Amino acid sequence: MRLGTGGQINRARKISFRFDGQYFRGHPGDTLASALLANGVRLMGRSFKYHRPRGVLTAGSEEPNALVELRTGGRQEPNTRATTIELFDGLQAKSQNAWPSLKFDALAINDRLSNFLTAGFYYKTFMWPAAFWEKLYEPIIRRAAGLGSITTKADPDLYDKGFLHCDLLIIGAGPSGLAAALTAGRAGARVIVADEDFRMGGRLNAETFALGDQSGADWATRAVAELDSMPNVRLLPRTTIFGAFDHGIYGAVERVSDHLLTPSPDKPRQILWRIYSKRALLCAGAIERPIAFANNDRPGIMTASALRAYVNRWAASPADTVAVFTNNDDGYRTATDLMDAGITVAAVIDTRTDAPALRGVEVLAGAQVTDSAGRLGLRSVTVRLANGQSRNLKVGALGIAGGWNPNVALTCHQRGRPVWNDAIAAFMPGADLPQGMQVAGAAQGQFSTHAALQTGAAGAAAIMADLGLSAPAADLPQAEDAPVNITPFWHVGGTKRAWLDFQNDVTVKDVKLAHQENFRSVEHLKRYTTLGMATDQGKTSNMGGLAVMAELTGQSIQATGTTIFRPPYTPVAMGVLAGRSTGQDFRPTRLTPSHTWATEQGAVFVEVGLWLRAQFFPRAGEKTWRESVDREVLATRASVGVCDVTTLGKIDVQGRDAAAFLNRIYCNGFAKLAVGRVRYGLMLREDGIAMDDGTAARLAEDHFVVTTTTANAVPVYRHMEFARQCLWPDMDVQLISTTEAWAQYAIAGPNSRKLLQKIVDPAFDLSNEAFPFMACGEVTVCGGLRARVFRISFSGELAYELAVPTRYGDALMRRLMQAGAEFDVTPYGTEALGVMRIEKGHAAGNELNGQTTARDLGMGRMVSDKKDSIGAVLSRREGLNQPDGLRLVGFRPKNPQARVLAGAHLLEIGAKATAANDLGYVTSACYSPNLQSYIAIGFLKAGQSRMGDVLRAASPLTGDDVDVEIVPAHFIDPEGERLRA
Amino acid sequence: MHDLPPLTALGGTTPLQDSIGPVTFTESPDWALASVAARLGQEEGCRTALAAALGGAAPAIAAHVQGPDLGAFWTGPDIWMVEAPYHSHETLALTLKAQLGDCASVTEQSDAWVRFDISGEGLEQVFARLCNLDLARMAAGTARRSVIEHLGCYVIRRADGVHVYGPRSSARSLHHALISAARAVF
Repeated sequence: MRLGTGGQINRARKISFRFDGQYFRGHPGDTLASALLANGVRLMGRSFKYHRPRGVLTAGSEEPNALVELRTGGRQEPNTRATTIELFDGLQAKSQNAWPSLKFDALAINDRLSNFLTAGFYYKTFMWPAAFWEKLYEPIIRRAAGLGSITTKADPDLYDKGFLHCDLLIIGAGPSGLAAALTAGRAGARVIVADEDFRMGGRLNAETFALGDQSGADWATRAVAELDSMPNVRLLPRTTIFGAFDHGIYGAVERVSDHLLTPSPDKPRQILWRIYSKRALLCAGAIERPIAFANNDRPGIMTASALRAYVNRWAASPADTVAVFTNNDDGYRTATDLMDAGITVAAVIDTRTDAPALRGVEVLAGAQVTDSAGRLGLRSVTVRLANGQSRNLKVGALGIAGGWNPNVALTCHQRGRPVWNDAIAAFMPGADLPQGMQVAGAAQGQFSTHAALQTGAAGAAAIMADLGLSAPAADLPQAEDAPVNITPFWHVGGTKRAWLDFQNDVTVKDVKLAHQENFRSVEHLKRYTTLGMATDQGKTSNMGGLAVMAELTGQSIQATGTTIFRPPYTPVAMGVLAGRSTGQDFRPTRLTPSHTWATEQGAVFVEVGLWLRAQFFPRAGEKTWRESVDREVLATRASVGVCDVTTLGKIDVQGRDAAAFLNRIYCNGFAKLAVGRVRYGLMLREDGIAMDDGTAARLAEDHFVVTTTTANAVPVYRHMEFARQCLWPDMDVQLISTTEAWAQYAIAGPNSRKLLQKIVDPAFDLSNEAFPFMACGEVTVCGGLRARVFRISFSGELAYELAVPTRYGDALMRRLMQAGAEFDVTPYGTEALGVMRIEKGHAAGNELNGQTTARDLGMGRMVSDKKDSIGAVLSRREGLNQPDGLRLVGFRPKNPQARVLAGAHLLEIGAKATAANDLGYVTSACYSPNLQSYIAIGFLKAGQSRMGDVLRAASPLTGDDVDVEIVPAHFIDPEGERLRA
Repeated sequence: MHDLPPLTALGGTTPLQDSIGPVTFTESPDWALASVAARLGQEEGCRTALAAALGGAAPAIAAHVQGPDLGAFWTGPDIWMVEAPYHSHETLALTLKAQLGDCASVTEQSDAWVRFDISGEGLEQVFARLCNLDLARMAAGTARRSVIEHLGCYVIRRADGVHVYGPRSSARSLHHALISAARAVF
């Protein structure tokens, strides 16, 4: 119900929302949880395992119970805590884990079967028969498991990533955080204050006591306003610091648009910030813990601090008659605040025999709540009095005050361990904090408001001094300074189920069972019972669980210890981790210089790493890609074709030792390569396996241009830089990538020289005599543009590669097409390129697959023994030089139209397709329009001695099984006459 | 004079300009670039020769220096990138090599990069969504390398704003990232 007055809600405005299809009204300032309570809704969800009716347990991000599916369609988000959802007009939420309805849930039958569904029941129950696991048990468990459902629609919203820098990051904007921020802000430091709530102030907004002459909430409002006016302070409300990482780096999620029906255009829903801080002050407060007793999970039962938060901050009460169950003085605040708000407090049940008196309410000292009743919401609690008698209290809500746990999670993200403190009966931050972090306020076990303000200000002042800034003395207001007065009490004895972990349905009995079955380490306890393994990470349950375990083992709580705290502090959506890297924008693309032109030609593009390359250029009437590719191949071999080969890596190598350097990088000799000449080169890895191949062109005595395969452009550059900087720092070599600086086109075919002569300025002689195969040179084209020409051939034809500065690449391609019209010049894509190189038997990425050697590739003699080069020694290993080692050969199917597949394995005719019979594999295959047959190349054991033999090329994956004849790998022009023409 | 018309990195015949809120992004194709790397043992000579070519000191670590004719920024130990207007310095690499002689290796880099000149109020907010540089603490004349949109870029703080050099082949992806960040902020 909504109280008549009070609360930090804007009663002047009403906003409408839906929960499980029903319309409700709330006010700006409400959370979904507070608005539901104000509307008399206590039942908000069903529990994970037993499908028990549940309502809110807390009023914050630690909430284990009130989880809903928020929004609809692509924006639907499961397991969202109603306690943190800021109410907005048009909000839609659904309860989870209930069928057919929240009030009547068929799977609540599990609750009756609880004797069978104890901790570890999976492991015990589904052991036999083994065959049932995959077909029966696992599908059933999968269907029953989980809470919310995930949408299958694409998320329509944007998510950003960003980076922030500060002197001091303050985590939490409660009294200690605000006092710290004022101190550091006034000192002129660069400060970031982050708080997960939409309203800064922390508990000041939920309590009634005064700070000086104003309410805590008013003081917080003024502090926030002052901070907001400081240019050196950045306030980040709705922002969770979810992890403390190395070197003062913190992960944060800012919920920019979660409180809006839809984000504004172009604005992100959330931002993942990486915050670089010189120092951090953790002011994360504390979390109140419940006390376990039989049936302590009914809607209406919540922590005492949550109960008064709903009344004080949101003017919402779950009932008009309540009771408080406490083991410490803090519970009395709830009783007082609720009575002040006009709510009947039936009794304060205090486990302590020396409980203090409280005016206006009966205090039952030395009493315990032993049970509760009410199917879909609390109706009454049973109390065992100090004298052993039992008493029934008719209440609609119960506030439980079991003591406060400092919020130490972020102090432990780098394996720090918290330390037990008897005075507050809780774990405190340990000494080994993340680098640069300090802790203040309730997170440091300083539970009074005065202490929170004081430690916050003092903490910030100390940090300022450390950073060389002087902080003015803080003018802190007078505030309550009540001492902590607690007698630890964890659970009420009894045989009925008493909940510890509400989200994963773990009870005291489960912990006892774990102990009985010898899962006694806290880490084993956690895994065996699933205590603390839900999305709330056990914020309200871990402490109770390990206290029960400590009791059972007779160890202290300190000796029992805690499990490891890991990021994220609260769940982080996958969307914000992905940021903008989704769909088309998953990675940047690289476009070739001829991309615009190729698009105009209707090219089909293929992704090659980040590059988009033209795969083929379909023409009218061509129905399949094969028709286009066959045409491009035939036209190129008949006359001339042009292909954009800019994507191949180009590395500029200069220096006095450039030749000597390449001589060590490549396994074959480069020292004596003449200026104006190109040589094919093979690089080996240190272990003797082939790494990459390409060409190196010598433009001057001290200047080479090395080309690499497209895929290996970066790895080869990195490899060469490593060699330069680390292996041979005494060599005079300078490297830089020029891949993108030059647009490079392959011009191939018998008419390629004629075409090139129309482009290259007449001063340059391209005749076979002046510019033979493997020549290179710097020329000018089209009337004076500087260019480079390399007479190299991947296709096996007379061919050149022509490079111009990239900005002229588009124009050059158009000019080549124009000038080549008389030769029927054909642009060709990567498919035709691939067909022609297979026809020629050239190795490519498929053959340089990280498992093959120069010897396997038929280039064993290239590995020079007259010099040392990377990989040369290990390439001579016995294991790489077996007589029956693999060797690159060609394959022709006996039936020319029978498809041969790359990936097929080679077997003797009649041999079974088993690994033992494997003789090798096909690496590249295509249809050769020149030979009018499928052809392939690949590796065969002792392939050089099997020419003419017939084997099976079988692919158990596709069912293809083709008889192939072993032939040399060069199908076209094996003598190389064409490329020397 | 050749007759091949150039295209900008974004594929246009004229540079693209976008204004989003107070920030303006201008594709800036009229820049020639050449990398200068000192030869082994000639680092001092190279610095002196580069300083002479620039008409000022060779840029120190993470610095950009603007001379009367040429500008330059540091890209690594004894490696710099020299920049000059393309229309007047198309053959910058050749000219520099002639000036520096054997003390340096010079490589043409003009078309390896796309440059965006970014100016206006609120650049810090935009760059906070782009890379991990602390723009508020980068004085004019600071040159840094960073990653934007998975791409290795040079980010140079100048008096008139920020110049970003990114890989030319990914100009469209980089441009998309830049303006998306600005739209998210303003």
